[in-house]
Amino acid sequence: MRVKAQVAMVMHLDKCIGCHTCSVTCKTTWTNRPGTEYMWFNNVETRPGVGYPQEWENQDYYKGGWELKNGKLRLRAGGPITKLMNIFYNPNMGSMDDYYEPWTYDYDHLINSPKSEHLPVARPKSMITGNYMDKPEWGSNWDDDLAGGSEVVSRDPNVKGLQDHIAMEYEKTFMMYLPRICEHCLNPSCVASCPSGALYKRDEDGIVLVDQEECRGWRFCMNGCPYNKVYYNWNTHKAEKCNFCYPRTEAGLPTICSETCVGRIRYIGVVLYDADRVKAAASVEDPQDLYEAQLNCFLDPFDDEVIKAAKEAGINEEWIKGAQESPIYKMAMKWKIALPLHPEYRTLPMVWYVPPLSPIMNHITNEEELNTDGYIPAVDQMRIPISYLASLLSAGDTSVIRKVLLKLTAMRVHMRSVNVGGIDEIGKSKLLEEAGTDVETIEEMARLLGVAKYDERFVIPTGRREMDDDLHYRQGACSLEDLAPPEGLVTFSSERGK
Amino acid sequence: MEAIFWWVIFPYITLAIMIFGSIYRFAHRQLTWVAPSTEFFEKKWLKIGSPLFHYGLLFAFIGHVMGMVIPKGFYHWIGVSDHMYHILAIYGGGLAGLMIVAGAVILLIRKMTIDRVRVHATFADFFSVISLIIVAGLGVYVTLVYNTTVVAYEYRDTIGPWFRSLFVFQPQYELMRAVPFVFQLHVISAFALFASIPFTRLVHLYSAPVHYLNRPYQQYRSRSAYKRKGI
Ligand code: HEM
Ligand code: SF4
Ligand code: SF4
Repeated sequence: MRVKAQVAMVMHLDKCIGCHTCSVTCKTTWTNRPGTEYMWFNNVETRPGVGYPQEWENQDYYKGGWELKNGKLRLRAGGPITKLMNIFYNPNMGSMDDYYEPWTYDYDHLINSPKSEHLPVARPKSMITGNYMDKPEWGSNWDDDLAGGSEVVSRDPNVKGLQDHIAMEYEKTFMMYLPRICEHCLNPSCVASCPSGALYKRDEDGIVLVDQEECRGWRFCMNGCPYNKVYYNWNTHKAEKCNFCYPRTEAGLPTICSETCVGRIRYIGVVLYDADRVKAAASVEDPQDLYEAQLNCFLDPFDDEVIKAAKEAGINEEWIKGAQESPIYKMAMKWKIALPLHPEYRTLPMVWYVPPLSPIMNHITNEEELNTDGYIPAVDQMRIPISYLASLLSAGDTSVIRKVLLKLTAMRVHMRSVNVGGIDEIGKSKLLEEAGTDVETIEEMARLLGVAKYDERFVIPTGRREMDDDLHYRQGACSLEDLAPPEGLVTFSSERGK
Repeated sequence: MEAIFWWVIFPYITLAIMIFGSIYRFAHRQLTWVAPSTEFFEKKWLKIGSPLFHYGLLFAFIGHVMGMVIPKGFYHWIGVSDHMYHILAIYGGGLAGLMIVAGAVILLIRKMTIDRVRVHATFADFFSVISLIIVAGLGVYVTLVYNTTVVAYEYRDTIGPWFRSLFVFQPQYELMRAVPFVFQLHVISAFALFASIPFTRLVHLYSAPVHYLNRPYQQYRSRSAYKRKGI
């Protein structure tokens, strides 16, 4: 057993209002420099839709993530030899046309325009070439709220693989929001794709980072990540990606996207996992078994053996306590209501999604007269087809989604009976049994999903600095590099670190 | 005196600039040490130009090792006659040279005509590509034109030994006196190009990531140990 700690996130999709606040605050924090204009470490896409970059789920095009070939796990875009042969031109990498050409407006003209008959306008201007653009044709969320219509929806790779017909008539259509950041995967294919070894996963918290000094711009990570969450900075010619706001999390604060999330859909916490189980989990034969296999990598933070092994691995009390109180552990591992996005990419992603429930209840018109059992078949006739959610969150296994939706429905019904009444008691119905849960769990769930305060949503132990190999050595050292002697203020040479 | 300058002083100065400049940049300007990829802006022409150019360079590099580094005696010893060598050099070298020139010309035109690429190309970027075209163009000229129309010049008796003599610090500059002018120009322009490497994005040629071949896919790094490394 090789215990490691990982910071992870859950997003409760029901509560996302698609306001893009997360994207904007992320952008103003991290990607407002030249070369990064087109980057959105956090983006929110409307589903069904093509997402950002367009059709990022189309792995025939981008060749991201892993695949199983002859029982062995390999990178879909090819191993080291293929990569070195393709290094002068990467056939699978997206270009600016797959993202979009960022633009601004010629605001100056509004102020400086000479007097004229017509009102002056601010023309769009490319932030890449500085040329005027007659009409911008795509952006990071151009198809927001289904505005691309059936033309764009039909290009959604999940829709393409779907048996059910997706209704696009106004009365029958559906949509949901999908906020996305880097998944900080347990088996990151971006790290594996990097010829320079510039990408790495941090031992302490599992955050996946690009070493800006080691990156040589070979750009295989860009499409090596099946979520297309590594970006190429055309100005520095190096790769950049979401860094889970590590300067914030190290200080115990949530990422900026979570901090500012208007719908309060985001949860952050620590989980413990066994690094020795990762490879086997990513290599299971059937993609639909990947979800269970991933769950098997996580360790019970209350188990004495685990605690002992964690301590031996250098994980301190605070982090173990964090793992025990982790909202992620509860939602993803214990209650199993949060699911990984596209587990079939075999990267074992660590941002988990509670699928949306609200729109499915739409067709229940007269809830007053419905008995609790009546909700069970309703789950199967949702507005968002279960198969669509399954294509996103469970490699197409609808039974996984159904189970989660039953739990959420049971929660909804029970809380309604508690707060409003007028419904037969949940204990007597088959709903609980079908959902495989109990009243106590449901109430705990309702609290965490509905009313949890800041401290319950974000349980983030601070950076494990005290585990630095040699604290004495660092005494007096300045945390801001280059401002103070990095070796600290050493009085006797015998006290100096190794 | 002139010969001493061009065949002793000049090569050593340019190589010194290349070596110490590169070391300085590697040590102090890591953030600028990259391959100058513009694939994000344009893929269609790059797809042809860049592999053509780089694979040409790879072949030409092998060719130069064969011609400059390996002594003539070695070929005789393994039974390759001068005639066989020249046929190989003309066809192989000519093809490699043409690949480089064609690739670089495509890259240059692409750099000049595609707005997104041009706007962000620096002077150094243009300088590299243009000087590569010059160096490689002279190389192609001596291989394909001079060798076939004037005389199949035996550079393995002059340029080769001179080049090797640089590395044992006993430069035999007299050998270069009688070398035809175009060959001299090819050599001088190549050394000038070497000197420019630390000041352009050509530094990426040192970083060919061959260690990727025997590295485990996944990499964990601890924050504390990693920071320490940087100190
Ligand atoms: C050592 C192995 C080498 C590798 C792996 C390599 C890789 C690359 C890559 C990835 C690019 C960017 C292509 C793009 O735009 O996406 C590039 C560009 C370039 N390389 Fe290399 N290269 C190597 C050796 C060399 C050498 C030896 C030279 C010349 C002496 C060279 C000259 C150039 C030039 C001039 C460009 C810019 C092309 C342009 O104008 O767009 N490279 N190289
Ligand atoms: S989601 Fe993040 S960690 Fe996973 S492969 Fe992509 S960039 Fe790497
Ligand atoms: S800020 Fe929150 S609610 Fe708004 S789009 Fe982002 S995730 Fe959704």
